[in-house]
Amino acid sequence: MDASVVDRAFAPVGPYVVSAAKVAEFAAATRWPGEGVPPTFPILLLNDAMLAFLADVGASLERIVHGEQRFAYRRPLAVGDELTATLRVASLRTLGGADVVGTVSTITDAAGEVVCEAKATLVHGGGAA
Amino acid sequence: MSGPVEGLEPQRFTLTRADLVRYAGASGDLNPIHWSDRVAGAVGLPGVIAHGMLTLGLVGSAVATWTGRAEVVELGAKFTAPVVVPDDDEGVVVEVAATKVTRDNGLMTIAMEVRCGDAKVLGMPKAVVRA
Repeated sequence: MDASVVDRAFAPVGPYVVSAAKVAEFAAATRWPGEGVPPTFPILLLNDAMLAFLADVGASLERIVHGEQRFAYRRPLAVGDELTATLRVASLRTLGGADVVGTVSTITDAAGEVVCEAKATLVHGGGAA
Repeated sequence: MSGPVEGLEPQRFTLTRADLVRYAGASGDLNPIHWSDRVAGAVGLPGVIAHGMLTLGLVGSAVATWTGRAEVVELGAKFTAPVVVPDDDEGVVVEVAATKVTRDNGLMTIAMEVRCGDAKVLGMPKAVVRA
């Protein structure tokens, strides 16, 4: 990966419609207590955004490690939301032969309002951890 | 190092291989290191490991339990050590403990420690909720 990826915005992923059935499945899998949408639910959309980015830059999925994930919410998610994620590379550095990629994905709703900003650090290459 | 915060009981979650399969389906993350010993071994892992995002999901659930599902403003962590899940009926226990709570301007910040056995598996796990 080279420095030209930094500040590039990749093609938006979505719209993804948040359904009650998928929320219930995700809630059960993460032991979420009761109603509402779990705060890590947008990973469904972010996975697709990250896979599209990795394919775009020719990075191999087998050599990717998810190093860090942080969510910052403007409002809680709700069933019926139509979400779109746009991934941008915010930083790139090399550490011990591995590329450490800082990504920021902005998740917007059908009105174009920002719902959540998700920061992920992806570590590519450098051998097995 | 500090002990757990009073009133916020550490939350324990048992994970078996079936739980990893359930999370893979729910999240769409089908990476075989989370279900295949062969692939996990080939990439140098000590065994099949839980999805980091499953562990972070459990953290979110612990916070929801402590706060009565208060609105989450921030949630995040570094994935610093793998949670290795054996192919048996017992599985492993992930424990989420609150180590420090601060309140400011209608927001509650919860710092945590997340362990599997003796190992800390997340770096700087933190949640901010409206409470």
